[in-house]
Amino acid sequence: MPEHHQPGALAHHFETYDQQKEASNLGMWLFLVTEVMFFGGFFLAYIVYRSKFPLDFAYASHELDVTLGTTNTAVLIASSLTMAMAVRSAALAKRKAVVGFLILTMLFGGVFLGIKAHEYHTKWVHHHVPGPHFEWHGEGADPHHAEMFFNFYFGMTGLHAAHMVIGIGLLTWLCFPAWKGRFNEDYHNPVEVVGLYWHFVDIIWIFLFPLLYLIGFHMHGH
Amino acid sequence: MSVHIEPKRNYFLVFGALLILTALTTWVAYFDFGAWNNVVAMGIAVVKASLVVLIFMHVRHSTPLTKLVVVGALLWLVFMVVLTMNDYATRGLLGVLGK
Repeated sequence: MPEHHQPGALAHHFETYDQQKEASNLGMWLFLVTEVMFFGGFFLAYIVYRSKFPLDFAYASHELDVTLGTTNTAVLIASSLTMAMAVRSAALAKRKAVVGFLILTMLFGGVFLGIKAHEYHTKWVHHHVPGPHFEWHGEGADPHHAEMFFNFYFGMTGLHAAHMVIGIGLLTWLCFPAWKGRFNEDYHNPVEVVGLYWHFVDIIWIFLFPLLYLIGFHMHGH
Repeated sequence: MSVHIEPKRNYFLVFGALLILTALTTWVAYFDFGAWNNVVAMGIAVVKASLVVLIFMHVRHSTPLTKLVVVGALLWLVFMVVLTMNDYATRGLLGVLGK
């Protein structure tokens, strides 16, 4: 047991670093299970309402900017790559590479949130935010049903964006121990579990993107 | 168990595959396949998510217990959706006595 690496890196209630790693990974996965059900409720409600108002949802979805949505998907995938590289670098004890990849991941996350903020602003200007100022002049959809689509749009992307903000906070916090060279093959659990969280948030977007942006795409031609 | 270091190449291959699948799902959405649009879009999303889970999240090399937790999460999500839709999708299919 390589005790000499980091004093205090192995918590006293664990026998080995491997046991500690397994415990922290399993713990993070159990948390992600609760997150699956948290978002799952939203997805389920979406399925129920969309199966009730399929055409209204398709027309409302057509108001979203597919170019920005696709760009954001690519940006988030890039952030997942840099996150995976950060975890890998931490396991290899490459101090500067870890910090570099963490910062890149945060930058991609920031670009995603910036594009998202721009989209929200556009929706606000067009009165597509649900509430007393909501207006629907489009054809095809009943205004109330279109508003329901935008409830899901803002609820789901908002919950997702909140997770990204938390993720960026966690990545910021990781930069300090990473810079001090705290992570190596035996101990890089914090980077690993934050990585799991970040990838999970990416997966949520992988499903949100087609369900929100692409369902009305074929209706008006291009 | 000790740590499994994934070759860099695999991460970049997954990254490339995810970008291609993103382009594909957007392109396919231009066409009207009726109900099949949903099937194709969700199929591509499931493939993308599987790549992220198996490679980026290291589940391919994780312990059986972790794999069980991942599968369990999906199984319960499926239960929730299927049982709920079993209700919503079949309402009105049968006449209810006294209604």
